[in-house]
Amino acid sequence: MKQAKKLLGAFVLYSFFSTSWADTVFITLEKDNALAIVDGKAGKLIKTVKLGQRPRGIMLSADGSKLYVAASDDDTIQVIDSNSYSIVGELPSGEDPETFDLSPDGTRLYVSNEDDDLVTVIDTVNQKVVKEIAVGVEPEGIATSPDGKWVVNSSETTNMIHWIDTESLDIVENTLVDQRPRAVKFTADSKQLWVTSEVGGVLSVLDAKTQQAVKKLTFKIRGVTAEQIQPVGIAIDQAGRWGYVALGPANRVAVIDAKKLEIVDYLLVGQRVWNLAFSPDQSRLYTTNGVSNDVSIINTENHKVLKSVAVGRYPWGVAVK
Amino acid sequence: MVRIILQVVALLVWSSSAFSVDDTLEIVWLTQEKAATAALSNLDATPSDEGLKGAELAIKDNNTTGRFTNQKFVLKSVIVPLDGNAEQQFDALVQQGFQHFIVDLNTNTLTNISSKAAGKALHIYNSSLSDDLFRGAGCRGNLLNMVPSRAMRADALGQYLLKKRWKKLFLVTGPSKEDRLYTVALKKAAKKFGLKIVEEKEWTHTYDARRTAQSDVPLFTRGAEHDVLVVADEQGLYGEYLEYRTWLPRPVVGTQGLVATAWHRTHEQWGAVQLQNRFKKKMGRWMSEIDYGAWLAVRAIGEAATRSNSLDFDPIRRFMMSDQFALAGFKGKKLSFRSWNNQLRQPVLLAAARSMVAVAPLLGFLHPVTMMDTLGFDRPESNCKLGN
Repeated sequence: MKQAKKLLGAFVLYSFFSTSWADTVFITLEKDNALAIVDGKAGKLIKTVKLGQRPRGIMLSADGSKLYVAASDDDTIQVIDSNSYSIVGELPSGEDPETFDLSPDGTRLYVSNEDDDLVTVIDTVNQKVVKEIAVGVEPEGIATSPDGKWVVNSSETTNMIHWIDTESLDIVENTLVDQRPRAVKFTADSKQLWVTSEVGGVLSVLDAKTQQAVKKLTFKIRGVTAEQIQPVGIAIDQAGRWGYVALGPANRVAVIDAKKLEIVDYLLVGQRVWNLAFSPDQSRLYTTNGVSNDVSIINTENHKVLKSVAVGRYPWGVAVK
Repeated sequence: MVRIILQVVALLVWSSSAFSVDDTLEIVWLTQEKAATAALSNLDATPSDEGLKGAELAIKDNNTTGRFTNQKFVLKSVIVPLDGNAEQQFDALVQQGFQHFIVDLNTNTLTNISSKAAGKALHIYNSSLSDDLFRGAGCRGNLLNMVPSRAMRADALGQYLLKKRWKKLFLVTGPSKEDRLYTVALKKAAKKFGLKIVEEKEWTHTYDARRTAQSDVPLFTRGAEHDVLVVADEQGLYGEYLEYRTWLPRPVVGTQGLVATAWHRTHEQWGAVQLQNRFKKKMGRWMSEIDYGAWLAVRAIGEAATRSNSLDFDPIRRFMMSDQFALAGFKGKKLSFRSWNNQLRQPVLLAAARSMVAVAPLLGFLHPVTMMDTLGFDRPESNCKLGN
């Protein structure tokens, strides 16, 4: 009995470490209508689960127990149990949801409705639409500031960043940026907003206080034409040391010194690199590569690409537990 | 609301002046009814509102943005009847003070109105014609070409043929003037990319070959050993008969088979699927190339109005023609006007009926400024003299 207890204890301890150490990487497959689940540490595809149509944006709930996935062509946000991978619910999302973000406390979900030029605010507790906010043409990226003050949205054809006050849920500011703004991401201290412009080919760093650009970075890669460099997904580490920008058909991730706001390196990954997500301890960065149908794994300590894992057709979004 | 507007004004500090009291810009869509062509196939009806619907969608897009910049855009649609006089109509609209004309007119009419309008403070946006004339000897300082020229299309095809190493071409030309113009462009492209025209024939069959193609085409396509059949049939009167009926099993490219176009329903990359969906949902049909040309024109005006913070003609023109101007046209690249001939530089799609085959410029065709300028008349070869 004693022995058994000991064993059990060891097992519990083992499973605690194995779950906290092994990254479970969730990838939406836009063309396969499925969710790929990858063991990030081993770099292996574990399982593929059927989802709704055209799944794109994906996020974990604050406690990590649930996954939210925008099933764009089903006009809904699916809620998935992150352990059993079964679909446990749906949230009303408005038409054609693409990307979304959760409020820091997890009670609100902000969704961009690309076809209707709207941002829909959803109460995740009551599963009700709180408000629909009219924004520019083709709303794309959505980000909430960690301090809870802002939710910002980029509109691709209007070329603006809309600053929405989370109290009033009204747009209070608009910042004109370069052509086809895509991803938006706040730094952990909420002081800066990073914006990528896919067609403009730049990363704009906006000051959250003034809503104005403090720096614009353009990317130059030897042997790659400027036109192939189309910045999309952004990841910035918690410490504010490094930022990463996916460069689309340039097949590279730019490494940015987040303190100096300078580009320090370009890492070759899969084709048409799209979205980025850190492992929980931020030692690894995962990229979705839309054309080569795989995920690249980057070691963030030495900025080396470790491996690529084939996952399925059109990997789009990525979330890691 | 007032607060928001004030903040927007403060943010867009390009101009010191506030928004004009008159915050609406009227844009003209001008076209003339066309006589129905004797289509070879009645599978795809030609919509009568081609272009207009593209302009309407872009007006909606401009106005969504305009909510934040206090700019409003209105479309005035003028459709001249078949036996009407489009030139008179144009003159009357100029008299009324309109300055932005998005047009789908025939070559003669566009030549006439653009020469009349030369030097005037107005813009004519050619949303449908691919005549090299308007990018060359017949260019005008205020005539902007939204769709690719024949030269751009032929170069796009030429790049693809070279990439595939299909270097021996059998060229088939139809009897119309337009077909011959396309042939001229194709020959230039062949020379540019080191392709060889090994055989050249004119399709003179004046009758409908629906029932006889099976016996006619094999005979017609016998000739020198070739890799590919290149066809110039802009009206679609015979080109569709060639595929699968040739003497040798050879692919067909040109105006049928693999075609070079500014827009196609199979195009879905770079967010294009969103524009396709928005158009289809609202208009109930696919977006055509002319719709796309008109959409681009209205969006170009909108983009210049947003960035210059003005609805006045001069600032819009100045911005549109400047190096800062960049239009996102769902083709993965910034579109802008070539300063030497007012052609909108843009990628050209190479599409088969149900699949997007390639997008030119193809990788490997290099250019010191932008790869897009490997298509059509580059600065050194242009015979357009602007300022006229």
